[in-house]
Amino acid sequence: MKSFSYVAVSDVEDAVRAIAAEPNAKFLGGGTNLVDLMRENVERPDVLVDITRLPLNGIEELPDSGIRIGALVRNSELAAHPVIRTRYPMLSQAILHGASAQLRNMATVGGNLMQRTRCLYFYDSASPCNKREQGSGCTAIGGFTRGHAILGASEHCIATHPSDMAVALVALDAVVEVRSEHGTRRIPLADFHRLPGSTPHIETELAPDELITAVEVPGVPVAAMSRYRKVRDRASYAFALVSVAAAMEVRDGRVSAVRLALGGVAPKPWRAHEAEEALLGAPATEESFGRAADAALASAVGQGDNDFKIDLARRTLVATLRRLLTEGSAA
Amino acid sequence: MTETLPRAGAGDPVVGRPIDRVDGPAKTTGAAVYSAEVAYPDLAYATLVPATISRGRITSIDTAAATAVRGVITVLTHENAPELKPPQPFNPFNFATFAAGTQVNYLKTDEIFWDGQPVALVVAETLEAAHEAAALVRVAYEERPSAVDFAAEEGNAQPQKANMVLPSGAKKGDAEAAFAASPVKVDLRFTTPPHNHNAIEPHATTAVWDGNRLTVHDSTQSIDWLRTHLALRFDVQPANVRVVSTYVGGGFGGKSVVWAGTILTALAARAIDRPVRMMLTREAVYHTVGARGAATQRVALGAGEDGRLTSLIHTTVARTSRVGGLPETLTSPSRHLYATPTMLLQQHLVEMDLIPPSPMRTPSEGIGSFALESAIDELAYQVGMDPIRFRMLNEPATNPVDGKAFSRRWLPEAYALGAEQFGWSERTPEPGSMRDGRWLVGMGVATAFHPAQQMAANVTVRLSVDGSVVVRCAFQEIGVGAATVQAQIAADALGVPFENVRVEYGDSDLPSSAAAIGSVQTATVANSLLEGCEKLKKRLRSLARRHGTTGQSHGETLARAGLPSLEVAIGSDTRVGKVTGQVKFFTRFLREQRRWMKAAYGAHFCEVRIDQDTGEVRVARWTGVFDFGRVINTKTATSQLRGGIIAGIGMALGEETLVDPRNGRIMNPSLAEYHLPVQADIPQIEVMCLDEPDPTMPLGLTGIGEVGPTGVAAAIANAVHHATGKRIRDLPLTLDKLL
Repeated sequence: MKSFSYVAVSDVEDAVRAIAAEPNAKFLGGGTNLVDLMRENVERPDVLVDITRLPLNGIEELPDSGIRIGALVRNSELAAHPVIRTRYPMLSQAILHGASAQLRNMATVGGNLMQRTRCLYFYDSASPCNKREQGSGCTAIGGFTRGHAILGASEHCIATHPSDMAVALVALDAVVEVRSEHGTRRIPLADFHRLPGSTPHIETELAPDELITAVEVPGVPVAAMSRYRKVRDRASYAFALVSVAAAMEVRDGRVSAVRLALGGVAPKPWRAHEAEEALLGAPATEESFGRAADAALASAVGQGDNDFKIDLARRTLVATLRRLLTEGSAA
Repeated sequence: MTETLPRAGAGDPVVGRPIDRVDGPAKTTGAAVYSAEVAYPDLAYATLVPATISRGRITSIDTAAATAVRGVITVLTHENAPELKPPQPFNPFNFATFAAGTQVNYLKTDEIFWDGQPVALVVAETLEAAHEAAALVRVAYEERPSAVDFAAEEGNAQPQKANMVLPSGAKKGDAEAAFAASPVKVDLRFTTPPHNHNAIEPHATTAVWDGNRLTVHDSTQSIDWLRTHLALRFDVQPANVRVVSTYVGGGFGGKSVVWAGTILTALAARAIDRPVRMMLTREAVYHTVGARGAATQRVALGAGEDGRLTSLIHTTVARTSRVGGLPETLTSPSRHLYATPTMLLQQHLVEMDLIPPSPMRTPSEGIGSFALESAIDELAYQVGMDPIRFRMLNEPATNPVDGKAFSRRWLPEAYALGAEQFGWSERTPEPGSMRDGRWLVGMGVATAFHPAQQMAANVTVRLSVDGSVVVRCAFQEIGVGAATVQAQIAADALGVPFENVRVEYGDSDLPSSAAAIGSVQTATVANSLLEGCEKLKKRLRSLARRHGTTGQSHGETLARAGLPSLEVAIGSDTRVGKVTGQVKFFTRFLREQRRWMKAAYGAHFCEVRIDQDTGEVRVARWTGVFDFGRVINTKTATSQLRGGIIAGIGMALGEETLVDPRNGRIMNPSLAEYHLPVQADIPQIEVMCLDEPDPTMPLGLTGIGEVGPTGVAAAIANAVHHATGKRIRDLPLTLDKLL
């Protein structure tokens, strides 16, 4: 790990001033990913601005029956919150399927959104990687791609976004509130993470001088009937091969509202709009679920090792909708 | 090292009881001092810089930026490293030569033989400075074409050379002809990936020179080999090297031979004339500690319509390196497990530009049993017979490969007991016939097997007038309860309470012992300890006769004789004593080897559940019944067997080292990406021991260290077949193979 300076700030103004003043500074939240990457010499900041003392750790209910989550709320606290558990079960479940209890106790909501891919080649500083060094090439292509994208990848980068929490949030139309010296702006989570295209080193819309202050989730009635399903290579403490966040309401045998998103398959938490469109108004049957899954994966492309994920994603999406119908939200 | 033992019930024999481990309190309270925790003033910290090519030569190495980091003391490379003698070539008759993990003389060559080979060593005032500087060492290479893709190299394999310790093949009758003529047959190919060591304590060394005397605190399975090896490499007398290894946080074979971490820590300490410590990073364990390479195996079995085997063919291809490596005997289970009139066993090796392979969690039988025990299950289905019945039908009366007598073999009894405990009769044989909601349910069995051996140990036993006993022997405590079981054995042998016995171990200043490898340690030490106790008792009896204390306590006898204590020694560590010991050992080894087939056996039963949509495999329950002779300590024995089963579950379902076939680089050197099982992957595991003594082994015990994982992967694969109808012959058994 490279030597760095450390400053701790106690209000948001100081935080954004500190980050703007230093070209190679990073915010330190829970540190569960950043410190790891610093040890691997992937992240090499000169300054760490510790934001854990900022007053951004509240969870407030909003008038539209939505919720505002401070950027520093710990993952475990959010997952356990009664409002999250009852109104957005898939969000609570998604968080609890991520990492380990110890990591969730440290990790923050803002940090969870900012975590970086676990691509094996991104983590290995001896392997060329367009994310680490623009234009150096992508070693993952033609390498071990079990964890890599089948949707939204480019010839420059095939990495996946690793978050579980963000998959549920993107299905809920969450909005990210960010702050800089120039003021506050709101970015829909669906637009917050970028597809790699030819610039995989730019991963989000967050400017270098901006701080995530909160995530707002609107009232989404259908989300009360939702589940998160994560498929991985062991029972716990592994990133998703495929995950599905699904919310569905059925009236008179037909789907009257639906939210679907996929994780582990794309460079960003992947909202499956095509699948939602295919399902809305359709009978809540295995056939409809299959058509929705086909729509979600119509443009999927495998890289070799991960070809199976196209089939797995389809099966998992169908199975999750089926279980939602038969078993409801119970985890 | 010294332990105070806890109280146990006085009077009764303690062998066979579930005695708590004597090192338990120290470990659970954090009082135990491991090799990387020994305090020294003026300690410096070291870290390795790994090569990033698989084959070639260093053309230049720039350490300027690294040296400039504040706190860096020195950066050692092949251009400036102090003298270091090359390792001795491997000689099966000289166990000390087993100690070299590789023939590479670290930092004394500019040649690169594997990706990850150390090319520099940074020594600094702090660990952080060492790590920061290590990232700044710039190395330029001239690369040469390398052989790193096992699938591509497999065809170049050559017959594996045999030696006395590691047979490589066997032939009995014309197995190919018998196979061709068999009415029922299977001919199968199995593949297994590379596996790496992941002991919870990474390899750690603290090294201190005092003139020409070296002390190393090292996390090792082989104190004596390490001492001999370091003496050779640093050109000092073995008597000038002291190895202390009080606690070892897991060995599994990874600490049985000597790797770069230990040698280069001692080299750094010599270079800067200060104590130096190095604990390998997890990544460095993958880079610098040999483990298991990829392998392919063919098992072809023929049987008559009645289900009796007519032919057993097992041929294997594994890899070694250009710079040494201890290959596995993958066909080992096939030599011993089934009665067959014809047999053909062949092993092949291909040299590759990867780190030399080295013992890893049941070498030989670990993956050898996966192939054989899967194939047996497939043949049982071909014959249309229950897999346990099929095994019992083909149970041999004598050792199949050579007709030797079994010293003891209660495998059928293990199956019978296991079937009852597990509820095997509830299984419906048709694949896919058992379900529970969305889960497909399958049950499988497989045989566990590991040969039993002993090596040689020297011990002293001292009885004091207060009735206390001190046993001294430089064996290794790798976390299995070694000191506890030897204290139990001594207590019973001398008829003293358990709490009166203290065992000193883990220090080369003590009488030397064999390495803790190959499941030999308990029997090895017990053999000498029992001999020592007998010798001591004989001396006591003669003293008692002389002083009229016959029938009184040992302490009374010593008091009457005016002796504060009485000590006996078995074996000697003088030069002559060592040679005599070696001759005595080989004589016994060869005699026993000719006479008996000795082994530990077991019957694994498991239930798996497979998600019908996603193919996720969950092991739902496990019963293992073992036949390993006398049980010394039911608590430590079942714990070790349970751990072995967990290791086997890891091998079956998750473990795979990803060696990039394009460049030989290990891409998942971390506990996040190398998938060992987590707690949630492990079901309730029931372990039962038959406790039938082996008449040819000391106290009737055989080793249990490695039998646990054998057969586990096959039992799971067989259960997966039962659940799904699919045969998976390629580990790990990941969900994509079941979609």
